[in-house]
Amino acid sequence: MRRVSALAHTSVGKKVLMAVTGFIWFGFLVGHMAGNLKAFTGAEHFDEYAHHLRVFGEPMVPPMGFLWTFRLLVLVAFVGHVILAWQTSRGSHAARQVAYRKQEHLSFSRASGFMRWGGVAILVFVIFHLLHMTTGQLHPDFVEGAAYANLVGGLSSPVVAGLYVLAMVAVSAHLYHGLWSLFQTVGAAHPKYHAARRPLAVAAALVIFFGFISIPVAVLTGVLTF
Amino acid sequence: MNFTLHVWRQDGPEVPGGFETYEARDISEHMSFLEMLDLVNEGLTHDGHEPVAFEHDCREGICGSCGMMINGVPHGPKGMVATCQLHMRSFRDGDEIWIEPWRATAFPVLRDLAVDRGALDRIIDAGGYISVRTGSPQDANALLIRKEDADLAMDAAQCIGCGACVAACPNASAMLFTAAKVSHLGLLPQGQPERYTRVLDMVTQHDREGFGNCTNHGACQEACPKGISVDFIARLNRDLVVSTWKTAGD
Repeated sequence: MRRVSALAHTSVGKKVLMAVTGFIWFGFLVGHMAGNLKAFTGAEHFDEYAHHLRVFGEPMVPPMGFLWTFRLLVLVAFVGHVILAWQTSRGSHAARQVAYRKQEHLSFSRASGFMRWGGVAILVFVIFHLLHMTTGQLHPDFVEGAAYANLVGGLSSPVVAGLYVLAMVAVSAHLYHGLWSLFQTVGAAHPKYHAARRPLAVAAALVIFFGFISIPVAVLTGVLTF
Repeated sequence: MNFTLHVWRQDGPEVPGGFETYEARDISEHMSFLEMLDLVNEGLTHDGHEPVAFEHDCREGICGSCGMMINGVPHGPKGMVATCQLHMRSFRDGDEIWIEPWRATAFPVLRDLAVDRGALDRIIDAGGYISVRTGSPQDANALLIRKEDADLAMDAAQCIGCGACVAACPNASAMLFTAAKVSHLGLLPQGQPERYTRVLDMVTQHDREGFGNCTNHGACQEACPKGISVDFIARLNRDLVVSTWKTAGD
């Protein structure tokens, strides 16, 4: 713990912590996506999976125990990531108070310019998504436990489905620069694997993008119905 | 060749500045950018105006003094050269040229285009040195160094501390400079005794000077007149993680 807090004292250490918390979220997204794709195996199977997440490990683990442990982990990672992003970007804004009259964009990718606002967009989306699909306040006809019906019902509006697709554009762009940066930030930049870093980040971002948007697209095109 | 220059003029650190427009007439394409400015300054002095202040020293790309933002690019459009090595043939006749000082809180403007880059010196003070036993020099090649390491250290040692990386960085971070210095010493056997205190001390000083945080944009690498790679930043990051792990565990 002392070592983790020591990392938070330097700008580079903060980045390392952001890389780790970001990677936890990448892992979560992969699991979440795999779970979502179970919707294609039918309502019964999908609902059973959703129920199983709640009772995982019973009776050794209390009901919802596994789920809440997991939720706590991703929540801590999320909050940590946001706080660090806020701290580091505030420092960077202070580092240049007078803007250039003219400045060329010299960066190597467009995605790197959208990390902060893209991150804010993702934060807003996550809050919406929880109120929509987890707690149901923003869902037109939410039924506790009816995961498949909630999913199809919630995404049947083209506006909402479009919003989910847009959010995934933001998530994938964030992931693309984030995953590439991860290698750089933890110093895993061995010349041997060098060339693989960018293709790897692109591939991961594309898998996440298409994996997630397949659900709203399938609902809109009628592949997934009640 | 003729050019229209928009030059940032500022009388001192605390005084607000602004752009002034000057016409540069009958410029030879073989003149360096600094020689073009010298000519403009001659005209200004002749007309009883203050000449434009800019830093310069060696005029052969090794001292790192002559940094300025030219049309939004540090050291101008050519790439891999310092401003003194940029020739007017890199522009087209009649071009409008915007000239600004490096913009960073850690680099206060002293006058016009000259900024105080003392922050970089203080980063060096914090750890950019090695401890050696002085005395008679040892035999050449007494210390064996792998060719690959020597080459990499040499690449890092190319850094002339001009500040173009800071100027180009959207976060005004000096991480490429710091990484070049940390790597150049950390790659060689002479740099090993202080390797892990060096990186922590230099990064701490970097943050204290008010430079921003590296977000892996890579603009620094594109702007560097010596072509120093952001791979050195990855090396610095790795050394810092090891350093934090070692020192915080004590």
